Amino acid sequence: MTSNSYSSAEGHIHEPPLRGIKRWLLTTNHKEIGSLYLIFSLVMFFIGGTMALVIRAELFQPGLQLVQPEFFNQMTTMHGLIMVFGAVMPAFVGLANWMVPLQIGAPDMALPRLNNFSFWLLPLAFSLLLSSLFMEGGGPNFGWTFYAPLSTTYAPPSTNFFILSIHLAGISSILGAINIIATILNMRTPAMKLMDMPLFVWTWLITAFLLLAVMPVLAGVVTMMLLDINFGTSFFNAAGGGDPVLFQHLFWFFGHPEVYIMILPAFGIASMIVPTFARKRLFGYRSMVYATASIAILSFVVWAHHMFTVGLPLAAQLFFMYATMLIAVPTGVKVFNWVATLFHGSISFEVPMLFTLAFIVQFTIGGLSGVMLAIVPADYQYHDTYFVVAHFHYVLVPGAVFAIIAGVYYWLPKWTGFYPDETLGRWHFWLSVIGVNLTFFPMHFSGLAGMPRRIPDYALQFADFNLLSSLGGFLFGMSQLLLIWVVVRCVRGGKPAPDKAWEGAEGLEWQVPSPAPLHTFSTPPEFIPERDSPGRA
Amino acid sequence: MSGSYYVPASSKWPILMVVVLALLVIGAGSSLSFGHGFGLFLAGMVGVLVMMFVWFRDVIHESRSGLYDAQMDRSFRMGMAWFIFSEVMFFAAFFGALFYIRVFALPWLDGEGEKGISALLWPDFSASWPLLKTPSDAFTGPAEVIDPWHLPLLNTVLLVSSSITLTIAHHALKNDQRNKTKLWLLLTLILGFVFLVVQGIEYVEAYTQLGLTLQAGVYGGTFFLLTGFHGLHVTLGACVLTVILLRVWRGHFSSRSHFGFEAASWYWHFVDVVWLGLFIFVYVV
Repeated sequence: MTSNSYSSAEGHIHEPPLRGIKRWLLTTNHKEIGSLYLIFSLVMFFIGGTMALVIRAELFQPGLQLVQPEFFNQMTTMHGLIMVFGAVMPAFVGLANWMVPLQIGAPDMALPRLNNFSFWLLPLAFSLLLSSLFMEGGGPNFGWTFYAPLSTTYAPPSTNFFILSIHLAGISSILGAINIIATILNMRTPAMKLMDMPLFVWTWLITAFLLLAVMPVLAGVVTMMLLDINFGTSFFNAAGGGDPVLFQHLFWFFGHPEVYIMILPAFGIASMIVPTFARKRLFGYRSMVYATASIAILSFVVWAHHMFTVGLPLAAQLFFMYATMLIAVPTGVKVFNWVATLFHGSISFEVPMLFTLAFIVQFTIGGLSGVMLAIVPADYQYHDTYFVVAHFHYVLVPGAVFAIIAGVYYWLPKWTGFYPDETLGRWHFWLSVIGVNLTFFPMHFSGLAGMPRRIPDYALQFADFNLLSSLGGFLFGMSQLLLIWVVVRCVRGGKPAPDKAWEGAEGLEWQVPSPAPLHTFSTPPEFIPERDSPGRA
Repeated sequence: MSGSYYVPASSKWPILMVVVLALLVIGAGSSLSFGHGFGLFLAGMVGVLVMMFVWFRDVIHESRSGLYDAQMDRSFRMGMAWFIFSEVMFFAAFFGALFYIRVFALPWLDGEGEKGISALLWPDFSASWPLLKTPSDAFTGPAEVIDPWHLPLLNTVLLVSSSITLTIAHHALKNDQRNKTKLWLLLTLILGFVFLVVQGIEYVEAYTQLGLTLQAGVYGGTFFLLTGFHGLHVTLGACVLTVILLRVWRGHFSSRSHFGFEAASWYWHFVDVVWLGLFIFVYVV
């Protein structure tokens, strides 16, 4: 590790870091950019969360009391867009930025300047999106799925800003995914074969592929919207020979892989944390990899299950129903493997493990309601009800968001050098679990009883369930303030963490100091597959 | 892989690129939505070009100072390859839309199959491709469509030949025949340029003589969507090749290391393949 053996690049590597705002604006360091992504995602999580609370406050009791329906529509739309594109996706990219180079023994991301660009596109994209709320005619009000013709013929004038912000966020995702793929395929420490990679790396490799395959399709569909709105084309207008259903096909060809983009890295995080706190090697490493790949491939042929009620031919409905149900198989493999890893393990229940265990249980609930929704005749009843809202919030909030929080608690000692406060973390966990289930579990019932989604008022018989959901929503929202408190305290100090912060943790990231120095693995670390590979027991 | 991987120091180009992109999108959005701000859009456009120039200049400079090793080269290759993959998916969406319209949407509008009820709206509509008569009078279909065996065929010949001339230039570069490289690269550029001119003539003809416009129902929409985005990609590819030609002129690249050249030629071949798809599915079939 002597520095004089390096090439001329050495001078750049050890340049003293810039100070103040310039350090963050100009950085090319994967750890700093990872932190930026995570902070951005947290800010968006609270903005999107505030919108969710506006929705829940309005729905606290029947009748219209707080906001106008037009504004309510903007809140449901913006809440969805911000949580999907601004909170969950950037959080996973942030974790990838921090952890992928550390887990594969790389000096940085493959294309560091591009990495900076990918990040800084996001604040631009979302300021643009949020600014549309204040424009004449209001912001996007057509739901986060922005179906035509609501989003074309009947859209507010600000829709062009929405389209452009989706373009920017899409470019950010595509460039970020290119960077992650190149990093994983090209920057591993020499002895690490693909089948030696930690599962978080594997899931991100596959996620990055999904991003590259579907973000351009999203770009394509919003471009067609732009042309329909401004240049008189008729892609989504049957009067000119187009078809609004075409919009839905294109959107969901993007949209369904997108939901796996938001869950595969969560699987990866769970597959890191469960073995650590069960103190066992992960059960079925190879089957985990194959299951992840199978889910990704299947995700391209299930999109129309979002559209069963739009009037698809019977053959298409059957195909998409069975294909969708097939996804339960590799997903079941994953859940089985996590449970089998726990079996006979020496389990301890630190905060990351608590969030991960809750993730497994609650994600499974969301998965099972997904199988219910896949059944065409049943979906005729559930479609566009709160049952759907319950389903996708179960996979996204107690699913993906819990996994992100678990990952944050798990890797915070590596980032800051200090353990997060265990007591506060437990409070955060239990309040979150109670809040999230109180919010979303009653939605299954209101949905099965027929309460439509995206409507600011409802019939009296749904009042009790909505009251519970609203109470739960505020409990969950407020308890996330604890997360900020825990993170801020952890950055400032606490119980110092050793290199290997968790007793049962395996992997290269635990071989560098805590906190990880700005530059790690300037030379590739030693990796002995027989000893270090999670794939070989 | 011995610690020589070049990790650039902090850079101001990415954030400045975001700033000029901000001008571009704010200008575009506000001129489309509210009718003013086109100047800002143009300023953003110019800014993006300037930023690309300075950013790539730095990369080229680093490359030529020998800061990049074989691993870095692989990163660039993977980056370009996956970028082209994303472009393939972008066009796949448009081709998918075209096929969906032709195979499903129009016959259904005509009353075929279980979705026949949409025929109640426009009982006189009959599906055909090219769609000369749209379901509603709100849109006027084209009077005629482009004959594939004239200008489009010429364009096919032009673009396919340009791929061949580019490959000849590449082989010449590999054999260190710099003058031959310049000549064939220049020829490639000329072919690309002529292609764009012919495409322009075709567009003018479509608009002025055939009534084939963006507003001419879904045929016009898909026609201009696919050919238009392809044309933009040809333009971009031609700009990149121009830069490559200037670099060859300045003595950049060696017979063994010339990834910039290769990336540009991958892109050019990709655009060529897209054209073949267009020629078959937009013009001929």
